[in-house]
Amino acid sequence: MASLDDLKKRISSVKSTQKITKAMKMVAAAKLRRAQESAEKGRPYSDKMNNIILNLSNSISDIDNAPKLLSGTGEDKVHLCVVMTSDRGLCGGFNTNIIKKAKLYFQKILDGGKTLKIITVGTKGYDQLKRLYGDNIIERISFKESKNINYFDADKVGKIVIEKFEKKEFDVCAIFYNQFKNVITQIPQEQQIIPLKTSEKDENSSEDNYEFEPEEDEILSNLLPKNISTQIFKAMLENSASEQGSRMSAMDNATRNAGEMVDKLTIEYNRSRQAAITKELIEIISGAESL
Amino acid sequence: MSEEYSVEIVNPEKSFLSKNDVTEVVVPAFEGEIGILKDHISIISFLKPGIIKIFSKSGEESFYVNDGIIEFKDNNLSILTSLILNLKDIDKEKISVIQKSAEEELNKSDINDQEKYLLDQKLEVLKSIN
Repeated sequence: MASLDDLKKRISSVKSTQKITKAMKMVAAAKLRRAQESAEKGRPYSDKMNNIILNLSNSISDIDNAPKLLSGTGEDKVHLCVVMTSDRGLCGGFNTNIIKKAKLYFQKILDGGKTLKIITVGTKGYDQLKRLYGDNIIERISFKESKNINYFDADKVGKIVIEKFEKKEFDVCAIFYNQFKNVITQIPQEQQIIPLKTSEKDENSSEDNYEFEPEEDEILSNLLPKNISTQIFKAMLENSASEQGSRMSAMDNATRNAGEMVDKLTIEYNRSRQAAITKELIEIISGAESL
Repeated sequence: MSEEYSVEIVNPEKSFLSKNDVTEVVVPAFEGEIGILKDHISIISFLKPGIIKIFSKSGEESFYVNDGIIEFKDNNLSILTSLILNLKDIDKEKISVIQKSAEEELNKSDINDQEKYLLDQKLEVLKSIN
């Protein structure tokens, strides 16, 4: 059995850990509110962008001449995966969930005999993927320096993706991120951005007759690269809200566990203190009796 | 009949501006400026760097935009742009920074004609603001 001194030390160390996790939880809660707000504010932009592209692609008559970003290269050999994770740890299953989802997809691609290329955004994803898929990672990006998520960071990633597409380095591109549902639930998402999937046809938009200036395909070829940046930006916003939410609940759990541990240790401490006193008393009494 | 319609400007971070009482909006579309009045035909177009002018009952407002897409439908005008600045409280320094980066970009040899055209436009507008 541990001595009283040891127990005392353990209790105080668990208590200070608890303080840290509590503080982290509070910081995450404050950041979560902001991240959630900006995620919500960012939605109209990507929604409207999606809408316009839908309207445009519906009115394109000649699908063969449609921009490659929309219709794809016609092949399905090289897949590019953009895996978006956080730069910091201690956020529960946040990163692991994305990686798990991504790994499933990777396996499917490799089993199908296709080539896999990976871009990691955020250092944690790289750390987790480099052992198994180190050779497949062609680029690693991290925005540790930028304090807030801004569009220009997303644009940078988007430009890299488009540049690689134009050099015909891949056929299909998918991004992986966590969609923020609420503080407890984040859903890992897999979204294909090249070629664009326009499966959900808006019923009331099909009848619209738009005037285009300049021509549809010219607008579309200008719009699609922007859309990729926008989708990546949306993913980044969702991701950051998810990260903070995940961290908050993880730290909440940690604080609670630390509290339980302190209770248990305190009981043990009191018991062994009592045992020591009783033992001493017995010794004194039996010593007195023997006289 | 009222001559007013609504306009909404959004950038990636947030909804930048939303107004219900505009009478005319002039946007720098790619092939020249377009003035949009009420009951305009549905239109989609994209913007080159320039000035958006919004006329409403409460007065006139001007904004600098870097790029963007506009969609007009059912008397709703949506403007999507990555960079927008209100000319009223514009920061001269910020303009100079943008101007400088545009100049640098222009000096690169590997730009195509369309990019060059857009950059020229951008510089012209920026100079007129400053």
